[in-house]
Amino acid sequence: MLKITDLVKRYDTGQPVLKNLNLEIKGESVVSIIGSSGAGKSTLLRCINRLVEPSSGQIQLNGTDLTSLNRSQLRKARHKIGMVFQSFNLIDRLTVMENVQSGRLGSLPTWRAIARKYPKEDIRRAYELMDRVGIAHYADKRADELSGGERQRVGVVRALMQEPEILLADEPTASLDPKTSEQIMGLLRDLSREFALPVLINIHNVTEAKEYTDRIVGMRYGRIIFDALPSDLDKDAMDSIYSGTPAADRGADVQQSTVSGDVGAVAT
Amino acid sequence: MSKADTQKQLVRDTWQKPPFIANPYIRWGVIIAVLVYFGFTLVNLPIDWNRASQGLTRAARIFNGAWPPSFERGGLLLNGFLESLKIAILATVGGVVLSIPIAFMAARNVAIKPVYFLGRAIIIVARSFHPVIVAIIFVKAVGFGPFAGVLTLIVYSVGFVAKMLAERIEEIDFGQVEAMRSVGAPFLSTLIYAVFPQIMPRQIGLTIYQLDSNLRASAVVGIVGAGGIGATLANAFGRYDYDFALTITLVIIGVILVSEAISGQIRKSIK
Repeated sequence: MLKITDLVKRYDTGQPVLKNLNLEIKGESVVSIIGSSGAGKSTLLRCINRLVEPSSGQIQLNGTDLTSLNRSQLRKARHKIGMVFQSFNLIDRLTVMENVQSGRLGSLPTWRAIARKYPKEDIRRAYELMDRVGIAHYADKRADELSGGERQRVGVVRALMQEPEILLADEPTASLDPKTSEQIMGLLRDLSREFALPVLINIHNVTEAKEYTDRIVGMRYGRIIFDALPSDLDKDAMDSIYSGTPAADRGADVQQSTVSGDVGAVAT
Repeated sequence: MSKADTQKQLVRDTWQKPPFIANPYIRWGVIIAVLVYFGFTLVNLPIDWNRASQGLTRAARIFNGAWPPSFERGGLLLNGFLESLKIAILATVGGVVLSIPIAFMAARNVAIKPVYFLGRAIIIVARSFHPVIVAIIFVKAVGFGPFAGVLTLIVYSVGFVAKMLAERIEEIDFGQVEAMRSVGAPFLSTLIYAVFPQIMPRQIGLTIYQLDSNLRASAVVGIVGAGGIGATLANAFGRYDYDFALTITLVIIGVILVSEAISGQIRKSIK
């Protein structure tokens, strides 16, 4: 269970991007987060695995308070949190298998990672998962040779290799064409059921959010202003979620600059 | 104001590129200062046209003495070249091996501030002196011969390769690093998986380019005593063997043409 209490994220200057946010996700549900650019969706997701450091508040994942962990504890905790990205973030020049196995880097000794000496059970699991999503025949191909949909499948398998307790998906379909986009959404929903895995998806496409997810959370300027079943999302709710002011755009700027790396960011 | 006048004001059909320096005083000040200084140096430098014309006849004498090129001491030439090649290879390997950690230190996006400044400082020092000056220092330190040449070119290689590599590291797609952080990968694994593959093509290209460049530079640093073909050339000049010197020069040109062609081909084939 994921429980977020009173979460605040404030970048160096200006308005907080997340304002005393509370959210609870139980069981293996697929939850989508919608809201205009700059509403704080990405920041919320990145606060959960602390790619973005929360300013205050608590985030509990199955009893562990993620916000209080030190660096090595955080690395262990991150290993249990899968993440899928809008731009896939695959290692282009490595093979699909290496990309998939990179999901295990959190528990793999560095020398094994360098020598590509992956444990047998990891390789078996990788083939099973790749088979499941239909990319097993690409194992030896370089990741940059694949199409968008295939690449996102690699991203999903990489996350599943972590044997995660939760899967975070940051606009996983925004770089894909409509058809592929639906396939990936369907895949995420099915995998959530198969692996009893809670999935949290940031998404711009409201139609897909309604069709493929069990619950919709609507954000506006760092607050959750809607949280209900997809069927409850009517026109009024949509209007209030997507009505915008310049504050929203300012939020978007702040977000971008932190995502693309601050000083020494690899180490943290 | 009549309607036609308003119309005229609204139609905008001229445009000029904004000047590079917006302030007109500064702009013209800079232009005038550069011109004045250029004129000043031209007037002040002791350029003696008499000596220049004498130099021409002297040069003619040297070239007359140099023609036809002599291949009599081919063995010496070959030895010089083999030594240059050894210097270049050793220096490239040593320089590149040193460059990789220094480049990581000097990349703003992976190193913490103090390490970054240290890395940059090393690169700046390595770059600030021409190889000939570095060679003079090393020849003083370790004596005449190829060892001084190797040390010189290692410094030279670090200055170039580490700088270019650091710049490449700063340009990487940070999303891959973010992905590795999100799976909880340790620091070194993150570098190996998310950074190394991205800089690999540049790394290989730089190494080959540097080998080529070191071969060229080894001829130059040899002149001040750091071994290799440069030493052979300096000796030939010292003994007024202009015909042998011309041979060496021609062979250097040939070898560099060949090595440049090869390195160009290899760099082109890396994707």
